[in-house]
Amino acid sequence: MPADTFPRLLIEHARQRGDRPSIREKDLGIWQTYSWKQALDEVRSLACGLRTLGLRRGDALAIVGDNRPRLYWAMDAAQSLGAIPVPLYQDAVADEMAYVLGNADVRIAIVEDQEQVDKLLEVKPRCPHLELIIYDDPRGLRHYDPAVLRAYDDVQAAGRDLERQEPELFEQEVARGQSSDVAIMLYTSGTTGTPKGVMLTHDNLILTGRGAIQRDRLTGDEEVLAYLPMAWVGDNLFSYSQGHVAGFCVSCPESPDTVLTDMREIGPTYFFAPPRVLENLLTQVSIRMEDSSRFKRWLYARCMVVARRWGSTILDGKPVATLGRLAYALADLLILGPLRNVLGFSRVRVAYTAGEAIGPDLFRFYRSLGVNLKQLYGSTETSVFVCMQPDGQAKLESVGTPAAGVDVRISEQGEVQVRSPGVFRGYFKAEGATREAMTADGFFRTGDAGYFDDDGHLRIIDRAKDVGRLRDGTLFAPKYLENKLKFFPFIKEAVAFGDRRAFAAAFVCIDLAAVGNWAERRNLPYTGYVDLAGQKPVHDLVRGCVEEVNAALAADPKLRGSQIHRFLVLHKELDADDGELTRTRKVRRGFIAEKYAMLVEALYSRDSHVHVETQVRFEDGRTGLVRADLPILEAMTVELEGKRRAA
Amino acid sequence: MEGRVPGAVLLEVRGVSLSFGGVHALREVDFHVHEREICAIIGPNGAGKSSLLNVINGVYAPNAGTISYAGETRRAMRPHRAAEQGIARTFQNIALFKGMSVLDNVMAGRALKMRRGMLWQALYWGPAEREELEHRARVEKIIDFLQIEHVRRTPVGRLPYGLQKRVELARALAAEPRLLLLDEPMAGMNIEEKQDMCRFILDANDELGVTVVLIEHDMAVVMDIADRVVVLDYGRKIADGAPEEVRNNREVIDAYLGVPTAADDRALKEAS
Repeated sequence: MPADTFPRLLIEHARQRGDRPSIREKDLGIWQTYSWKQALDEVRSLACGLRTLGLRRGDALAIVGDNRPRLYWAMDAAQSLGAIPVPLYQDAVADEMAYVLGNADVRIAIVEDQEQVDKLLEVKPRCPHLELIIYDDPRGLRHYDPAVLRAYDDVQAAGRDLERQEPELFEQEVARGQSSDVAIMLYTSGTTGTPKGVMLTHDNLILTGRGAIQRDRLTGDEEVLAYLPMAWVGDNLFSYSQGHVAGFCVSCPESPDTVLTDMREIGPTYFFAPPRVLENLLTQVSIRMEDSSRFKRWLYARCMVVARRWGSTILDGKPVATLGRLAYALADLLILGPLRNVLGFSRVRVAYTAGEAIGPDLFRFYRSLGVNLKQLYGSTETSVFVCMQPDGQAKLESVGTPAAGVDVRISEQGEVQVRSPGVFRGYFKAEGATREAMTADGFFRTGDAGYFDDDGHLRIIDRAKDVGRLRDGTLFAPKYLENKLKFFPFIKEAVAFGDRRAFAAAFVCIDLAAVGNWAERRNLPYTGYVDLAGQKPVHDLVRGCVEEVNAALAADPKLRGSQIHRFLVLHKELDADDGELTRTRKVRRGFIAEKYAMLVEALYSRDSHVHVETQVRFEDGRTGLVRADLPILEAMTVELEGKRRAA
Repeated sequence: MEGRVPGAVLLEVRGVSLSFGGVHALREVDFHVHEREICAIIGPNGAGKSSLLNVINGVYAPNAGTISYAGETRRAMRPHRAAEQGIARTFQNIALFKGMSVLDNVMAGRALKMRRGMLWQALYWGPAEREELEHRARVEKIIDFLQIEHVRRTPVGRLPYGLQKRVELARALAAEPRLLLLDEPMAGMNIEEKQDMCRFILDANDELGVTVVLIEHDMAVVMDIADRVVVLDYGRKIADGAPEEVRNNREVIDAYLGVPTAADDRALKEAS
């Protein structure tokens, strides 16, 4: 039996290297390791247990919770039976969960704890198929209705009983699986419209995963930290799929709040992080450096200058003057090495970032620190890997060359289209959408606008449908502007407007941690986000950032015209609960433009103020009203080299 | 709470009076707590709520009356004895070791359970090491229970207020108490923190079988989690019963809840 499905890979690893670690989690503060053999035992009894509950080939099994070995085993178990695991975002609000559970006809869900049980029970009346919730952590569930709840342990116990009666059952079920079967269904949050279930087959995931492993020469000895949502294709590929293919060990953080500590303890060798995570790390470092003594700040600044000058070149293995090497070695000894250690990057051989464009300085920061951070490009529908940067060719503005077996072409409209073994089977129950997503000759339409540069590296500018023109015909790529703004540690989110308008304008959300720290050091009192965002010194701070972006844009002949003339600092943080961000925290520009239409109009009027009332949803589900009087701020733009004028 | 049967009487306070000079903090207060019950003490400021807790765990000796705890009747408790017999408490204004880590603070809650002396512990060898590991394991269970893993190594002084309250509860639970006295466990918290705290108290009561006596001002919380409510006013007990009864008690409304207005009625309805 070739190891071409995930359960078969699991059996193969248990047979060949059964005592090697497969997955870890922290229990009572101590790392507990499960070998491949143990993992197989757990999966087998869970699969048989699910069998006794009537889980059949083709059924969907919902999985909700933080990254936990038992939830990953639930994926294996479902796949062993030919059922389809459907991981859900654990922080999704009830409506989103109800939609997915209903759309996928989920009968059985496996969840982590009471929090998730409560959420599912809340939506259960709206999900007629949902019959049973299996929970891992029994805490707080004693008085719940036992008719719809079952403990994970009890399911496994029932499974072991069944195993004794039918010892061949598990292997037989695994043998019946085909590599072309759907292995998992991942719902894409989508920046527009309702979520769609992306069906990925074993072949999709295993072939793409294997290609990337070969390209980066990954082995079974890698260490990976599984800290991204299980419902995201990134986690599935990097933790689950590649873990199964290469046979390396995946560690689950103790809790979402301990990722930094866990990262330092585990010391991953292969690491994947969306730019947001890298940004947060950098913000934390910056804040802590600002708070340290003057000598340390000076030393840090000096070493970072050295690192920026030579670090990336040394990392790429290009020739560097002896003096540079010496300076870098010293900086490495004093600051860079210890800093990598604090961040948990000491052992990282290969690190990828994807999901969104990365800010140039952010990218440069990690590279100059000596972390082999590279970019890749992909989507859920392509099983992630489309383009990846080869070692030594990590460029800022591009996302690398096509991965093994991937055909990439640019359509006449400038859209990136992909044909590869990783391209998905289709959207679940949405043939229409599937047809629209594919070209007649089997290429997947990514919806991204991009082009190949002279070195054959793909460069993505923006979503194809978002790229627009100012009224004078200048190219307007909103994401490009937003990313430039977001690079500043003080700016958390930005939303740019300008399509069919006279000039570009923007909403800005400040980063409460960074600006709060900045305000404290200036003895600027504030009570919270709304108050801080409304203060004049903060507006001046943001204006400084916007004007720097304008200066940078002025240097680019194509984008010179899309400098930001007017902007405002938003009175609330953009929040996925209010529908303003996707669950992967991408800005939903269209929704925001509609919701805050009044503010957008004010940006393009002559007004200097706008009054706004916004409904916000708190985490406990209640809603409240935030009122604010927002000033419209003007930024200087650069018309010609060195010449500035007020907008 | 539905489905729970209160056990035998664990604590009984009978005819307790306490005065400081001319101030009568408590006047002939009678009340009792059943095993596994959550009992809330409410009342306006200065009603004698904290004094009552202090009498129960022996910080104050009453001028009159008796205290029966776990079958033993005394004139006054002694704090050390109370702790040994399984009475743990938290304080209105957090009393943690600010410079020590969360872990060390919670470990301190195990002090009474440590068998080995200081020298043994300093040596950290053989039986002392085994003992330490055993205590650490229990402490880790409590850290897990209260979900404070992420601040395990953080000095308590650097934590936000809500988390400090949680650490204090952790330290009290580390003593494996039979009776837990909580003095305003939710004061100064936001709604979300309060919800968390409620859940932790209910879980401690439910899963660890701890009897809880708590002082709380937030009526919504009291109505939500208490099995029984005792109302004090100027040191006198003016009501004692299920939350529902107490809420409709005329005297309580006059003394504490105030004359109900339409808004109060709404708030009370929401609370229930």
